[in-house]
Amino acid sequence: MDNQYIDHAIILAGILFCLGLVGVMVRRNLLFMMISIEVMLNASALAFIAAGSAWNQAEGQIMFLAVITLGAAEVAVGLGLTLLLFRHHNSVDVDQLNKLRG
Amino acid sequence: MIWAYLYNIVFYASCGVTVVATLLMISRHNAVHALLYLIVSSLSLAIIFYLLGAAFAAALEVIVYAGAVMILFVFVVMMLNQGQRSAALEAAWLPARGWIMPSILASILLALLLLGMNSEHPLQPYGVHGVAVKDVGIALFGPYVLVVELASFLLLSGLIGAFHIARKMPSHMDQNTLDEAGNG
Repeated sequence: MDNQYIDHAIILAGILFCLGLVGVMVRRNLLFMMISIEVMLNASALAFIAAGSAWNQAEGQIMFLAVITLGAAEVAVGLGLTLLLFRHHNSVDVDQLNKLRG
Repeated sequence: MIWAYLYNIVFYASCGVTVVATLLMISRHNAVHALLYLIVSSLSLAIIFYLLGAAFAAALEVIVYAGAVMILFVFVVMMLNQGQRSAALEAAWLPARGWIMPSILASILLALLLLGMNSEHPLQPYGVHGVAVKDVGIALFGPYVLVVELASFLLLSGLIGAFHIARKMPSHMDQNTLDEAGNG
């Protein structure tokens, strides 16, 4: 399908994914890393939506539902881990996690 | 022709707002400011979803990301900032430079929305037929019913996992008890 908007939406998804990846690698605050992971999930959801509308199939939106469910479960568990880290170390700096010897 | 022109404006302005909001978001030092930018980014992504012909996904993006996930983040930010530092942080959150820029980006989105709705021909997905919600539902509960079951498993395990991980340890079961249990 010669639709420039779908191409540009895929490019936007790539840009957003790279921004989220940069956020995960640059920030050392666990909360900001979680937010950046959400951006990466959003970018992959955008790619699924664009591909689904390029082929006029419902599968794109079904995969979007799967991605959004994954994002919700991931954010619940990840924020629970963030709270646990804050209670033990009184900070959310992931560099504090280098002493995981049990 | 004016119609395609309008579509161009709304689509590319939404893309620009998304990228700018995400850039500003990963460069903030304050978690609440970053959350404001994440809301703006989700809203502009919802506009793009609608323009790509996925109106149902656009509604879900607003409800789940700008609604539910954001509330979770806000709760955790509130729980992490207890104690002495909270008053100073509260004062530091108020200055205008924290919320002016998200407000500007959100105003751009509102202007785009009004632009799309108030023209002679309301903005429609362009070049794609769009997949109706009915087709998505039929496919979801027909050949893809396994996805629904997997999603329910995932959400249940996420619920139990979050509850187990983040529970408060009773005082009589602190580190010593755990060490004994680990050694025994």
